[in-house]
Amino acid sequence: MKLKEIAELLKCEILIGEAYLEREVKFAFGSDLMSDVLAYTEEDTVLLTGLCNNQVIRTAEMLDLKSVVFVRGKKPSEDIIEMAKEDDMLLMCTDYSLYAASGILYSHGLEGTEI
Amino acid sequence: MYRLQRDESDLAMMKAFEVSNEDFSSAGTASSKIKKILRQIGMDAGVIRRIAIATYEAEINVAIHSNGGHIEVYIKSDKVDIYVEDTGPGIADINLAMQKGYSTATKEIRELGFGAGMGLPNMEKCCDDFYIESVVDEYTAIKMTFNL
Repeated sequence: MKLKEIAELLKCEILIGEAYLEREVKFAFGSDLMSDVLAYTEEDTVLLTGLCNNQVIRTAEMLDLKSVVFVRGKKPSEDIIEMAKEDDMLLMCTDYSLYAASGILYSHGLEGTEI
Repeated sequence: MYRLQRDESDLAMMKAFEVSNEDFSSAGTASSKIKKILRQIGMDAGVIRRIAIATYEAEINVAIHSNGGHIEVYIKSDKVDIYVEDTGPGIADINLAMQKGYSTATKEIRELGFGAGMGLPNMEKCCDDFYIESVVDEYTAIKMTFNL
């Protein structure tokens, strides 16, 4: 699924990386626990999370994830957004909860990572 | 202080990084630098990814649980050896700590997104050879080998 489609479905506000909206992802993973993200996420995955600190960006960086959606209306601070810029990431935020956002994407065909 | 014997045979490059236990928000800085170095060398992206994940997990552990430590990366023609050593409380029962879901992390650490008890098992999964030793109230030392 194109990141652009995800942005539209979740009515996202783009925080940084608008140029990357044409990129595609194969899977989505939703979690506030970066430990689990590190253990289970494959490449080509969009991360949905309600955690809003710089370790989210570090985690995405280590996993080569290029897109993060912050759920529940959370918005990271400017220094966190700057970190994502260095790694050419697309950061977006949505007012939907993690459950609702996941449900919307899943029902439109975006599958979860196999555990 | 070195806890584990270094194997310097066939060594092409060595890089060392200090890891502080004082500022959790800066945890990951060393792993980020390591990843950039490996990318500059032109190493296979899949191997870099595995090294990055394992090193980051280790760095988080040092930042969360220890009194500080270091990460050393030994780059060779056919493999990368990574040593992670800290001083601190150590691990009382390594078998228990290697189990998925077992964690001694505090509530504060969990609120920061870590302490799910996946760190050590994930490190072992990412590397080709995993060695850990620890003495309670003294140190924990890990060696991870990644074949190229």
